[in-house]
Amino acid sequence: MSKVRLATVWLDGCSGCHMSFLDMDERLLDLAGRIELVYSPLVDYKEYPENVDVVLVEGSISSEEDLHKIKKIRERSKILVSLGDCAVTGNVPAMRNAFKTGDVLRRVYVENVSVPSPTPNQVVPALLPRVCPVHEVVPVDVFVPGCPPSADTIFFTLTELVEGRRPDLTGRTRFGA
Amino acid sequence: MNPAAPDVKTLRIDGVDVSARADQTVLEAAREKGLSIPTLCHLDGLSDVGACRLCLVEVKGTSKLMPACVTRVEEGMEVTTQSDRLLKYRRMILELLFAERNHVCSVCVANGHCDLQWLGQAHGLTHVQFPYRYPKLSVDASHMRFAVDHNRCILCTRCVRVCDEVEGAHTWDVMGRGIESSVITDLQQPWGESDTCTSCGKCVQVCPTGALFEKGRARSVVKDRDFLPYLAMMREGKR
Amino acid sequence: MTPEQLSQIGADEAAARASAPQRLYVCMAAGCISSSSDAVKKSLEAAVAERGLKGTCPVTGVGCMGLCSRGPLVSAEPAGILYQDVSPGDAGEIVQSLSGEPVARLQCSRDLPFFKRQVGVVLENSGRIDPERLEDYVAAQGYEGLVQALTEMSPAEVIEQVSRSGLRGRGGAGYPTGLKWSTVAKAQAATKYVVCNADEGDPGAFMDRSVLESDPQRVLEGMIIAGYAVGASRGYIYVRAEYPLAITRLNVAIRQAKHHGLLGTQIANTEFAFDIELRLGAGAFVCGEETALIASIEGGRGTPRPRPPYPAQAGLYGAPTLINNVETFANIPAIIRKGGDWYAAMGTARSKGTKVFALTGKINCTGLIEVPMGMSLREIIFEVGGGVPEGRKFKAVQTGGPSGGCIPEQFLDMPVDYDSLAQAGSIMGSGGMIVMDDSSCMVDVAKYFMEFCMSESCGKCIPCRAGTAQMYDLLAKISEGRAGMGDLEMLENLCDMVKNTSLCGLGQSAPNPVLSTLRYFRDEYLAHIQEKRCPAGVCAIKQEANA
Ligand SMILES: Cc1cc2nc3c(=O)[nH]c(=O)nc-3n(C[C@H](O)[C@H](O)[C@H](O)COP(=O)(O)O)c2cc1C
Ligand code: SF4
Ligand code: SF4
Ligand code: SF4
Ligand code: FES
Repeated sequence: MSKVRLATVWLDGCSGCHMSFLDMDERLLDLAGRIELVYSPLVDYKEYPENVDVVLVEGSISSEEDLHKIKKIRERSKILVSLGDCAVTGNVPAMRNAFKTGDVLRRVYVENVSVPSPTPNQVVPALLPRVCPVHEVVPVDVFVPGCPPSADTIFFTLTELVEGRRPDLTGRTRFGA
Repeated sequence: MNPAAPDVKTLRIDGVDVSARADQTVLEAAREKGLSIPTLCHLDGLSDVGACRLCLVEVKGTSKLMPACVTRVEEGMEVTTQSDRLLKYRRMILELLFAERNHVCSVCVANGHCDLQWLGQAHGLTHVQFPYRYPKLSVDASHMRFAVDHNRCILCTRCVRVCDEVEGAHTWDVMGRGIESSVITDLQQPWGESDTCTSCGKCVQVCPTGALFEKGRARSVVKDRDFLPYLAMMREGKR
Repeated sequence: MTPEQLSQIGADEAAARASAPQRLYVCMAAGCISSSSDAVKKSLEAAVAERGLKGTCPVTGVGCMGLCSRGPLVSAEPAGILYQDVSPGDAGEIVQSLSGEPVARLQCSRDLPFFKRQVGVVLENSGRIDPERLEDYVAAQGYEGLVQALTEMSPAEVIEQVSRSGLRGRGGAGYPTGLKWSTVAKAQAATKYVVCNADEGDPGAFMDRSVLESDPQRVLEGMIIAGYAVGASRGYIYVRAEYPLAITRLNVAIRQAKHHGLLGTQIANTEFAFDIELRLGAGAFVCGEETALIASIEGGRGTPRPRPPYPAQAGLYGAPTLINNVETFANIPAIIRKGGDWYAAMGTARSKGTKVFALTGKINCTGLIEVPMGMSLREIIFEVGGGVPEGRKFKAVQTGGPSGGCIPEQFLDMPVDYDSLAQAGSIMGSGGMIVMDDSSCMVDVAKYFMEFCMSESCGKCIPCRAGTAQMYDLLAKISEGRAGMGDLEMLENLCDMVKNTSLCGLGQSAPNPVLSTLRYFRDEYLAHIQEKRCPAGVCAIKQEANA
């Protein structure tokens, strides 16, 4: 049996979901035999590959770059998993949605700093007017809420997917877990 | 077969034979039998308003769904509390609530002991299909001991009812219409300036979410709601 | 007042009319007043005085003459010559013509199907009597029904006649009036109430306003008869504060009825006592819902509560309460006077009598009509209403306001009654009919009504409060060409859920305009979604949506 081509992606999130992923500890070794990690912030691949079987997406869609990436990811992956509350609900990144983007930037780069610095407008991707969960932009196959989802939850999700089943997460996790 | 006493009704709930007093609701009858029906606006000890619609059940003989919390038992009634259709509607109601205001469970005082959160979990809600509305809402922390965070309010009006019916202060009420509705203290004064609030904290205890909380605690303790039926019982006894 | 005194008033009034060989009627209902009929009335009075005709040709302000779009309307009696679009400057010419030929330039033919096809029961006095004079109403057989009921009939006999008439509630749901009356009559309670629902909040509806402005005594008479029949001694009229003229006229009517012993204690010299008070509503649509209305009269927040108990069991202040619509009450005096069978002879098998409709939108004769139940939509729109203006094509008619639906061309020959309309996916509602031609976009129409429901939702229950907001957002998305097929599916799911789970009629029927337009005009939704195009050219499709 060929190995499942797994990717993990980090959009607008705190990397907590990736930490939780690493928290699977020795179980990672169990998975390693059945999974090939083809793209991840944990390893150094530059370009998101074609023919990904499963992708775990951490983080909400907050910038032009996130939007661009997630569309490409969706095109190139069979099963897209929204991992964690930021990807599933928008969570903390979306708390800025009640405010205008300009006000948010001013708050961060002008009002709240001791050494004034200009608001970045180069290199850094432009913020979207409204942060949204992944499924508002592209279809999502599996939702794993939690902030972050526990290592157990992630392990369960991955084992089920590797076995070719859709994980039923009822009762295993919740928003804010 | 014993003829049932005149004030006792027998009915079937989810195929289980249940007998109940004539003045009981379907919800009470079901719960006494250990059958669960989800609720949000209902709270033992407060009047019922039938507002959240989570407790809707199917009753044989009518195509209308009936709110269990305000529907009286009737002889021979056949009630279904769980069906695909009911489950679908209940999920949608919960999703509408999550999308209506700003629920960020991970940083909420009620995380871990919130009725909305656990109902979502119990209904297998792993995401919300409706677009989040992200309204801009305020937090009023002017009261010495308590605060209200409108981002988390689901407008169940439990606070309004406990304050009026149990404490007798009627500090809380509802203002506005539709999606613009909001709970207010007095005539929309800051809570801290309310003349009627006795600082009893009952509203905080009955609030099902993180909307009302006691200040100075990173995470609110599990709320105590047992006092209500007790109070109600004691008052009835006195009459 | 005794029956003899009542007929004396009628006789005196008739004599007074006979002594004035000619009369000029000026419509003084809100429609014509808004086009300055009050100025027309003043100049007619001046012209009459100038020619020394004051004694022989009184100028009287009357209620609505129906053809509101041609106002100000003036009629010269007893010849019955009707003048349309009258301006104050025409006064001299009109008064001059009384002794000669009518002013052809202003004349509006009474032979129009608009007038010929109508049958007046509720509107029988409308435009023919001065709504601020009880004597006028009495001269037109007013209060005969009440006196008859009080002196010759038992409450049960009154209810029997109402039941026989087959009258169904005109407030929207069409509940059999006789049945409702007998439920309240049977309820055992020391105190009972009668409430008249004059909250009329549907966009495009002005039937009740017009009845109250044109013939307020008729509504009082209906309520007093109801009070006698069900055993109530107190009545409330809940009228929206936006109807100042109706309120003024009701107040005048109540004062006059009391003065003549037709309201208060010892009505018509019997032991029966009944009082009526006005309660003003602040114009929330949901306050027309009976339980919300009751809460509002009690001084509480106007939100509905679950039923049962129905108001007939436990209504105002917990007492059994009869609540009927203005038009329902306005039918009662004639039913008692002429008998239930007379009424039941009009209409269809399950919808009896006549119905008042407010014709608006893309129709030549905008205004108020009363026709027998069962007349076809085609007859109402194309004959009575004079058809669609400017040679445009009829597309749909919206009935029942925000709780109703849009009925397309293929149903034009359907008889208009409660059941047929429901089958076509709409409702009778209170009687608003908004005609639309091919320049209307049905997605836009659905969005308009959803916006109305969203802002009028009381906010108590979640499906209606949050569901209408989500549905509105989805409709906006579709109309702007930003939606996909998934959005349409979500919209249909929400319609189903909000309809089946909302607490009151507002939420339960809020999806109707969407459902009916989806049923008959799905292609228009698809054009917005798949082709990013508005076939009627109404919706502004967002540019980037095409990208
Ligand atoms: C949202 C809503 C608004 C309503 N508005 C009115 C109204 O403006 N006038 C009215 O007579 N009935 C209205 N109704 C219907 C009343 O609840 C009630 O059925 C009616 O007044 C009964 O009178 P009827 O039997 O004479 O029709 C409304 C119902 C709902 C659900
Ligand atoms: S109130 Fe409940 S559902 Fe809302 S954010 Fe807090 S924990 Fe989550
Ligand atoms: S503050 Fe709490 S108790 Fe009050 S209405 Fe909101 S959610 Fe309910
Ligand atoms: S359906 Fe709408 S108007 Fe009726 S109770 Fe619910 S929120 Fe209020
Ligand atoms: S618990 Fe019954 S409607 Fe809320």
